[in-house]
Amino acid sequence: MPRPDQVTVAPARSTPPPRARRTGRVPVALLLPAALGLLFLVLPLAGLLVRTPWSTLPQRLTEPGVLTALRLSVQAATLATLLCLVLGVPLAWLLARIDFPGRRLVRALITVPLVLPPVVGGVALLLVFGRRGILGGWLDSTFGFTLPFTTTGVVLAEAFVAMPFLVIAVEGALRGADVRYEEAAATLGAGRWTTFTHVTLPLVAPGIAAGAVLCWARALGEFGATITFAGNFPGRTQTMPLAVYLALETDLEAAIVLSLVLLTVSVVILASLRDRWLGNS
Amino acid sequence: MLDAHLVVDRGTFRLDLPLTIRPGEVVALLGPNGAGKTTALRAFAGLLPLTDGHLRLAGRHLDHPGRRIWTPTEQRPIGVVFQDYLLFPHLTALDNIAFGPRRQGLDRQRARQRAADWLARVGLADHARRKPRQLSGGQAQRVALARALAVEPALLLLDEPLAALDARTRLDTRAQLHHHLANHRGATLLVTHDPIDAVVLADRLVIIEDGQVVQEGDVATVTAQPRSDYVARLVGLNLYRGYADGHHVRLTDGFHLVTGDQHVGAVFVAFAPSAVALHPHRPDGSPRNTWPVTINGIQRHGDNLRVQLDGPVTVAADVTPAAAAQLQLAPGRTLWAAVKATETRVYPAAVAPTDAEP
Amino acid sequence: MTARRLALLAAAMTTVALAGCGSGGTTDPRPPGGALTGDVTVFAAASLTESFTRIGEDFETANPGVRVTFSFAGSSALANQINQGAPADVFASASPANMTTVIDAGNGDGNPRILVRNQLVIAVPDGNPGGVNGLADLTQPGVKVALCAEQVPCGAAAAKVLAAAGTKLTPVTMEQDVKAALSKVRLGEVDAALVYRSDVRAADEDVDGIEFPESAGAINDYPIVVLKNAPNQPAARAFVEQVLSGPGQAVLAAAGFQAP
Repeated sequence: MPRPDQVTVAPARSTPPPRARRTGRVPVALLLPAALGLLFLVLPLAGLLVRTPWSTLPQRLTEPGVLTALRLSVQAATLATLLCLVLGVPLAWLLARIDFPGRRLVRALITVPLVLPPVVGGVALLLVFGRRGILGGWLDSTFGFTLPFTTTGVVLAEAFVAMPFLVIAVEGALRGADVRYEEAAATLGAGRWTTFTHVTLPLVAPGIAAGAVLCWARALGEFGATITFAGNFPGRTQTMPLAVYLALETDLEAAIVLSLVLLTVSVVILASLRDRWLGNS
Repeated sequence: MLDAHLVVDRGTFRLDLPLTIRPGEVVALLGPNGAGKTTALRAFAGLLPLTDGHLRLAGRHLDHPGRRIWTPTEQRPIGVVFQDYLLFPHLTALDNIAFGPRRQGLDRQRARQRAADWLARVGLADHARRKPRQLSGGQAQRVALARALAVEPALLLLDEPLAALDARTRLDTRAQLHHHLANHRGATLLVTHDPIDAVVLADRLVIIEDGQVVQEGDVATVTAQPRSDYVARLVGLNLYRGYADGHHVRLTDGFHLVTGDQHVGAVFVAFAPSAVALHPHRPDGSPRNTWPVTINGIQRHGDNLRVQLDGPVTVAADVTPAAAAQLQLAPGRTLWAAVKATETRVYPAAVAPTDAEP
Repeated sequence: MTARRLALLAAAMTTVALAGCGSGGTTDPRPPGGALTGDVTVFAAASLTESFTRIGEDFETANPGVRVTFSFAGSSALANQINQGAPADVFASASPANMTTVIDAGNGDGNPRILVRNQLVIAVPDGNPGGVNGLADLTQPGVKVALCAEQVPCGAAAAKVLAAAGTKLTPVTMEQDVKAALSKVRLGEVDAALVYRSDVRAADEDVDGIEFPESAGAINDYPIVVLKNAPNQPAARAFVEQVLSGPGQAVLAAAGFQAP
């Protein structure tokens, strides 16, 4: 019997499959590259730790600029992530569920910010949202409102660069989710919107959370698009990566301290979110 | 009252299914894999549009391509129990059942009250707060049934409702399902390939093969007088087409059978495997049909063995293990088959009007 | 216009991106004949990109056995790379401070020499929409100004000029380098920026440079030195001489630099 609905997606079982727990030796062919991979990722961090000026650390951390830049970074990354969620989840839904002409093209376009050097992304944003940009010029002349050199500009630049991570993760989750649950909801009288909010979203919540975490992390570390589009001014547009970059101009140790602060904060936040959202949902 | 003529074209496959179901009636849609059962179910549910024909339920056209009428799934007065239930994994059993009533506009409290009533009815009142993954297969099936019935549908659709259960659970659940279907005031369509489910649960059987109805009628008629090889296999009968002249029927491949009934014209001849006697040598005596056969295969069938036999007429025979030992049954062995004329049933091959037509 | 701006900007950004690409190739520095051969690697401040490329070509023409490789980037990034052991022959810095870092680390061979001087000008977009004519105009309300961050030479120079002039100025942004500041002017996002005269000269007609007398208070020296661990000392010395020679200075003067 033709069951097109079962061809693409394996039905989600009500009970999770037993986790493969095999004993025995881990193959060296897997273990060796895995260990090298880990080393490759962790060694630069170790390099930072080795050069950290531990004795002057407390004094450097309490310098006024540090906390300002950190707060701005966390705020902007969080706002950017929220913006990406509001716009990106519906976009992902559209790509995963609606078969419209040009869908492949749209999907390819969404990855553009991933490929584009962020600095060029910042220039592109200026050409659209800048004071003489296509939209920015209108905003300026109509509302006297400009985006570059504002915190809103930082959020915009970060969202531009980070949104693909969210859209791709959420679309993947939506494609992996069994559409028959949505059909079941329809047979119970739920329209598309209700189905989306009451069935689809809860089903892909782990995917959305994973996407949001990626998105936030990318936004937090964003440098090129931010400095190009929003400029660099302490307290308004100077995020941690910008502060690190400028510290690097004169003071390597200060740059290391700032990097460590950024790393520590992001690791702590991501780890705690992971436990709450992704750990056992 | 369901009044439908489903026509769905899907490339080389065409479903053409006229079907009416009265309120309170349970109809089983039976057919082999690929016959179009799921296509029909999805068309009823509005998950697949009709190409032609019509679908009218409770006096309302739900799908009528000729008149450009289409009602989306969520606005149809239907309930569906899916094969693997599709209980929402993030909701408790209670909230799964309350989902439909909530969509019908009941407030949270009333919807939960109705859901609780249904949970009690299916005997799971103490499982209200369980998530689907904490339910056994049989419990999940009952929650799915309660969820579908809680919207008080004019048409209840069941898609292989017992297929996912192990044999023991299936027996219990089937009995409970029978009870709930008897109390359901709307029409019920049961899609299945399991003849036992169909026979136990349904008032009437509709059998489709390759998108077409090959037979329909009440359980007794269909099981007594199968009209296709599929149905014959389903009900476990040997079935042949032939041309009758009095007590003689000439089968399509030229073999002659002597029958108890008298007929003239195109007929079906049917007899049970238990009516076939096997002998090591050619038997003689009373008016019976005998022919040489070669054993093609042997299977267990209940307490007996079912022997598939090749010969001028292929036939299945049931023998007791004791008889089997005596006959030294083995594939390739040659025997004689005998069927008494009085054990055969003969009925006209022309499609008789069934009592289901309005 | 947009395509051209993009191209210009991309070029500017590339110089930043190049910061990590130190290079060095060596062959036998002293061949029997006495003529110069081999590779010479020059680490030079980003603002020297156009003129040094030109001087390099002239140098290669005069010394057919030599190939000059440049790494243009921010002076501080280059200084860091040199102190981390990058195999460079010559270092030309846009500020004495970054040169001092290298000399203090013991990586210079002899004393640095001043190669050119550079002076700040006010860069304004084509048409001068902010109506800027002098340093005082930058403090007008509604005039958006980009400065370089104080950590980079053009920012330090701007701070010095502003302090000397007693001008209190709040920029909208403090850019990471002079090219980035100039980009903001070019795109019209700011009405003015304090940048070097040579940068305005390189930017052509999209940007106009306005001289102002206060800039004399912060003239910026560009020092150049042969590095102690230079793989090709003779060629390095010859290149430095080429830069300081009449033809070299002419190229630099054409780019808007002042002679030392």
